[in-house]
Amino acid sequence: MALQIIDRRLSGKNKSIGNRERFLRRYKEQVRDAVRRAIDDRGIRDIERSENITIPRKDISEPLFQHGRGGARDTVHPGNTEYLQGDRIARPPGGASGAGSGQPGDSGEGDDDFSFTLSKEEFLQLFFEDLALPHLLRTQIGDNPQWKSHRAGFTHDGTPNNLSIVRSMRGALGRRIAVGHGPRRTLAEARAQLAVLEQAPPDSDAELAHMAALQEAIGVLERRIERIPYLDPIDLRFRNRVRVPIPSSKAVMFCLMDVSGSMDQARKDLAKRFFILLYLFLTRHYEKIDIVFIRHHTQAQEVDEAGFFHSTETGGTVVSSALVLMQQIIVARYPTSEWNLYGAQASDGDNYSNDSVRCRELLADGILPLVRYFAYVQVVEEEQNLWTEYQQLAQLQANFAIRKATAADQIYPVFRNLFRKQGAAA
Amino acid sequence: MRTCPAPAPGRARTPLSAASDWTFDLIERYHEVIRAAAERHGLDTYPNQLEIISAEQMMDAYASVGMPVNYRHWSYGKEFIATEKRYRRGHMGLAYEIVINSNPCISYLMEENTTVMQALVIAHAAYGHNSFFKGNYLFRMWTDASSIIDYLVYARNYVAECEERHGQEAVETLLDSCHALANFGVDRYRRPSRRTLAQEMTERQVREAHAQQQVNDLWRTVPVRGEKAGVAEAAQRFPAEPQENLLYFFEKSAPLLEPWQREVVRIVRKVAQYFYPQRQTQVMNEGWATFWHHRLLNSLYDEGQLTDGAMLEWMTSHTNVIYQPPVNHPAYSGINPYALGFAMYSDMRRICEQPTDEDRAWFPDIAGAPWLPTLDHAMRNYKDESFIGQFLSPRLMREMRLFAIHDDDRRGELEVSAIHDAAGYQRLRQSLSQQYDLGTREPNIQVWNVNLRGDRTLTLRHSQYRDRPLADATAEVLRHVARLWGFGVTLESVDNAGAVSRRWSVGAPA
Repeated sequence: MALQIIDRRLSGKNKSIGNRERFLRRYKEQVRDAVRRAIDDRGIRDIERSENITIPRKDISEPLFQHGRGGARDTVHPGNTEYLQGDRIARPPGGASGAGSGQPGDSGEGDDDFSFTLSKEEFLQLFFEDLALPHLLRTQIGDNPQWKSHRAGFTHDGTPNNLSIVRSMRGALGRRIAVGHGPRRTLAEARAQLAVLEQAPPDSDAELAHMAALQEAIGVLERRIERIPYLDPIDLRFRNRVRVPIPSSKAVMFCLMDVSGSMDQARKDLAKRFFILLYLFLTRHYEKIDIVFIRHHTQAQEVDEAGFFHSTETGGTVVSSALVLMQQIIVARYPTSEWNLYGAQASDGDNYSNDSVRCRELLADGILPLVRYFAYVQVVEEEQNLWTEYQQLAQLQANFAIRKATAADQIYPVFRNLFRKQGAAA
Repeated sequence: MRTCPAPAPGRARTPLSAASDWTFDLIERYHEVIRAAAERHGLDTYPNQLEIISAEQMMDAYASVGMPVNYRHWSYGKEFIATEKRYRRGHMGLAYEIVINSNPCISYLMEENTTVMQALVIAHAAYGHNSFFKGNYLFRMWTDASSIIDYLVYARNYVAECEERHGQEAVETLLDSCHALANFGVDRYRRPSRRTLAQEMTERQVREAHAQQQVNDLWRTVPVRGEKAGVAEAAQRFPAEPQENLLYFFEKSAPLLEPWQREVVRIVRKVAQYFYPQRQTQVMNEGWATFWHHRLLNSLYDEGQLTDGAMLEWMTSHTNVIYQPPVNHPAYSGINPYALGFAMYSDMRRICEQPTDEDRAWFPDIAGAPWLPTLDHAMRNYKDESFIGQFLSPRLMREMRLFAIHDDDRRGELEVSAIHDAAGYQRLRQSLSQQYDLGTREPNIQVWNVNLRGDRTLTLRHSQYRDRPLADATAEVLRHVARLWGFGVTLESVDNAGAVSRRWSVGAPA
């Protein structure tokens, strides 16, 4: 009875992950619904978090042929304290008499819903499924292109560290066979002739001379074959590598948010929600993407992420200031020949009255020709002049979209709608 | 088998450490003394392989029906999620051990266990269960311990390959259907032949090539000679006799299955077959393992190997395991197989060693006989049903205060049909024995007929056992049956008088 003790603790973690994925895939619809419901109730800061998901148990049961209730059955139970044979007992509600009939495993659980926790990754995966930046193109190779080294066959020269030994030796073998082929054949013939002559004793001088000549020829051939080099410089082969430039698709997203006084806490909250979704989506899906945060009241300023989401400044509203700043930044830092440009703007639609026309002109003439896509989200229902102006513009421009989101639960559908993959259903 | 345990060696000078943190060295030393004790008692086991695993791996093993490898399926994912959640919330402790009927016998030790608990698990699993797997006739007949792991690896790879070729969805729906019928994929009378993995593989290829030709009883187009044809076909039944192994029937006869689908059906069938003995020997198996950890650890204590503290520690958990709440207790959920099994083996030992007159009257064969061979004989040659039918003693019925309830849905009240008194012993024992009979626990459903001349509808027949109807999920299962069969399926429920009392029908799958 040999004993083996094996420590398995370090091996095979997460063995069930494949099964878990299959489970999630199967109940994707239910899980996605639950995710949608979850996002509506969440505060802004904890969107990126794991989530408890609940699925009705009946949806995931596995059916079996089993006995149902009814018919006659005898069961045995322990712990009799009061009964005598022939006693009659009122039937307990819920058919508890079946408890002893051999399926004790089922009885512990009850029929409540099946709930479990999605990890943060799984949650965001479902959350941003089927979303993409529209019209993302590979722009041409920039000034300092990135290079990638590719294998490209073999060459005759190179550094010793790239020497391909197998290839070289194969070449050497081939060369030795090829170069030595003629002499070897002549040698074989000469030897055969000599062997014939040697069988019969030599009769004449002529034959003796012939034999001597043959022997000499054999000697010459043997030396010649011997002189074929084992490895020749022309045999050497080196692994070849070439550098190829990688076309990069650089993208930048401009986030424009109104923080003026008319944006009360609830509206700001909505706008921030939208941008947090956008921010999570971008950082999650695109590794190399620049994000520019611009907030404005009467003046616009470029801020960092923390300032954008968490600062509390107020004032009047001049929307065009943000657009102007955006245009300046584009000119200064993001030439369109190298960058895919995107813009997203959120506001309550309240604007200094003459300014809305200017906004439209700025967009139509300055910004839209440069950007791939520009989305505007209005966080109130009321249509003021900014909305009207934008609406005219949206009918003309294909890469300009406007939506309204007036409650927290509309943010996600609007977001999905704006960024759904081309061709995918919303 | 020994007739009595070999004498123990002299008392150990110092007991083994009962430190709560285990070490590999300590496990080895515990194992060594347990092994020696088991040998003195003549336990015959497969070689042991102990594996230390973490709680998460334990849940993994739980989720895939206790096997170290298994094919992938969403239901195992569901199981894992449910287990994990219950564990996290503290609703359940994990089992201390999982043991796999394989050769060598693999026992899992969880790293969270204390040294003493590891010793308990070694005695329970590596010697108790292990000797049961090796000795019991059902396991010897139905399972092949040496090849199961290889077979599961093969199954996992084959299913993965099918998923790649035919898509996860196709494989998943097929497995769903097979799982729904897994309990009806067992040969109850014909014993499976033992095969090595290599044989399995070569046979599979031959089988796949051949199998497609085997199903064409349904497709036969060769004309039959004129005058006899009409008579012969009208009378012809297919299958010729009713078949109870539904999965086998589909594997061999379902006309539309692809070769790979037949192989997947076969895999599910084989795995179900492997678990068939376990479902029939719950009380015996757990009782045997519990009896032996109790016996072995006690004998170690007698030899001075265990400290008092260690003794108290494992006894606490032992008592928890064999606790049987009475029927009116809120925690009551049927008879605890550990409790019943342990009590029965202990009682048998008592009958052997200190028989009363009652025992002599009820068990003339074993009263006063040496206990080791008696228990060994019982372990080897019975299953739950027959074991209880044979060895449940009146004294144990009194101790457990058993009583039988007759529940007939035609009457408004339940009737106490027997209690633990002279008039009731026989009847109690018979009822309890039947309670563990798989044949009565599961409905009896067989392949009855196929409409060969018409639309190839398959008819299944359910013979009601004591008027018990089928559960609500039946229609759902029938859809799975139809998916495997490929055409419409009808299920008839037949009562004791032979009349069809209920009928379900499902059309051909789209």
